[in-house]
Amino acid sequence: MELRKNYFADVRRDDLHEIGQPRPRSDSPGHVTGKTAFFADRNFPGMLHLKMVRSPHHHARIRSIDTSEAEKHPGVVKILTAKDVPHNVYTILILIQIGPEDETVLADGKVRWKGEAVVAVLAETERAAQEAAAKVKVDYEVLPAVFDMQEALKPGAPLVNEYHGQNYYLYDSGECRKVRFGDVEAGFTGADHVLEQSYQSSPIEHAPTETTGCVVAPEGNDRFTCYTNTQAMFFTLDNTSIILQMPGSKLHFVGGTVGGGFGGKVDVIVEPIAILGAKLTGRPVCFIYSREEEMQISSPRAAEKVVIKDGVMKDGRIVARKVTGYTDAGAYSRHSPYGAQKGAGHYPGPYTIPNVWIDTYCVYTNRTPSSAMRGFGVTIGDFALEVQMDKLARLIGMDPLEFRFINAYRDGDMKAHRQPTEGAALIECMQEASRAANWPVAEKYMAMSSYVKGA
Amino acid sequence: MAKVPVQFTLNGSEKAEFVDSGTTLLHALRDKIGDTSPKGGCHQGSCGACSVIIDGELRLSCLTLAETCDGAVISTTSGLSDSGVLHPLQRAFLDTFATQCGFCTPGMIMAAKVLLDHTPNPSRDEVVEALSGNICRCTGYEPIIQAVLTVARSNSQNAA
Ligand code: FES
Ligand code: FES
Repeated sequence: MELRKNYFADVRRDDLHEIGQPRPRSDSPGHVTGKTAFFADRNFPGMLHLKMVRSPHHHARIRSIDTSEAEKHPGVVKILTAKDVPHNVYTILILIQIGPEDETVLADGKVRWKGEAVVAVLAETERAAQEAAAKVKVDYEVLPAVFDMQEALKPGAPLVNEYHGQNYYLYDSGECRKVRFGDVEAGFTGADHVLEQSYQSSPIEHAPTETTGCVVAPEGNDRFTCYTNTQAMFFTLDNTSIILQMPGSKLHFVGGTVGGGFGGKVDVIVEPIAILGAKLTGRPVCFIYSREEEMQISSPRAAEKVVIKDGVMKDGRIVARKVTGYTDAGAYSRHSPYGAQKGAGHYPGPYTIPNVWIDTYCVYTNRTPSSAMRGFGVTIGDFALEVQMDKLARLIGMDPLEFRFINAYRDGDMKAHRQPTEGAALIECMQEASRAANWPVAEKYMAMSSYVKGA
Repeated sequence: MAKVPVQFTLNGSEKAEFVDSGTTLLHALRDKIGDTSPKGGCHQGSCGACSVIIDGELRLSCLTLAETCDGAVISTTSGLSDSGVLHPLQRAFLDTFATQCGFCTPGMIMAAKVLLDHTPNPSRDEVVEALSGNICRCTGYEPIIQAVLTVARSNSQNAA
């Protein structure tokens, strides 16, 4: 690995002894010998298997649930419905005061997406649990569903989630997150060119090699040990404590070993119901998503739509940017109100623009709830922004890399959400990229600096 | 349900179990015998995490019935470094950062081992082909390919 010394030479230290040095990972000896203990490698005598009965409809009222046939199935030990869950309506971000609680652990009276958990079956073997789950009879009255964000926002659209009362998340700022900086309309009026484009993406599944799940063992002292592959250990512990109305001191979570997560294992989705099963039966319980569940049930990255309108001058300066972003939360909030909010802060991009207007909506539809995934809220936005940057450069006949140098933020520039820029290195990165990609730019850009005034 | 007796050699030691008819070898190894090095990533033959070696051939243990393994000689990744010394493939996976979350690793090592057992000095294409039934979502495959090629190169030097 080559360390370039020509950047930040006057502000950086040269006595670093870790950067540039290979270090063995502490967990890889376990991985290559097969000794690493993933959650599913825990096995306990008498362990029960949990399988979910899931909604076959996108939106339906539940008229009745009949578990009598399933209960008679050989090997079935316990069947759980909504009434068994102490605090059945929850939302994971309540821990940071982002409510309302809008999701059920087990459906109560209604399902809002195809695949929603309705009844949990615990049996001696996986096969018995699966067969018994197929015998649970749920009588549904199918309701009209909405799958498109624009449709969902129209008056008269089917209401997806009554806990919100409308098909968007209500922020303290109103129906969307807003950023207002300068005078965007005046910026467009004074611009040489205005370009409006819209970009959209589909949901993306993380598809980790190890599926989501947990193994729970009741301890003799009324505590429960939960071996889990959550990426959000304490977050899961605290939410489980709320859902089960059980003090955190009764819950011992063991984890940190995750067979691929990519942000997809941060919803509190298997632990509460598995611990409840262990509590009510006194037996160890495992609840492991099948591959099909991992692909269809676990939350994906949200589908997004981004509409960007930019005002640009012939000399390359972007003078105004207006962005409307839509994040498809699916039927429940999970992490999406936060994702949409991140977008609001991010849409100006790493560029200094004097007039900015941003609205980002978190929209509810009858699709699989979306949640976190690597840079959620900003990754799709970056795709849209950088395609837009290329289009703007082409519009004014400028080299796309030089166009970015002109607009790149530098230390001290005020960002649209009113945080002054600090520690910027975009210009230096682009200078290096220009060399590495053999995409030369004019000398004046190679002389620019993120932090030297006037350069 | 009627139990079926099955006896095989696992990593050099004799194992005998009674299994339900229809039990997969993956289930028998992990939940009955306690060798959890083969992993279940899909239970339907599409990820390769459950790969083991049966009588010298690479097999998906999730699609192999335990009862068909009577008398077989089975190897898994947990048996590769019995004496505490890492197998060259294990060493190479460490050194080239070919393992991130580690869930695919035992299956990958099995696939690589069968390749090198049959073809000690494979081409890059042969390595890619041999690993093509094993899914890794973390590494992007390149470090894994490099790990296998590193061992192949040292095989050919030793042979020379
Ligand atoms: S578990 Fe056997 S191929 Fe995936
Ligand atoms: S290292 Fe995670 S799947 Fe390969």
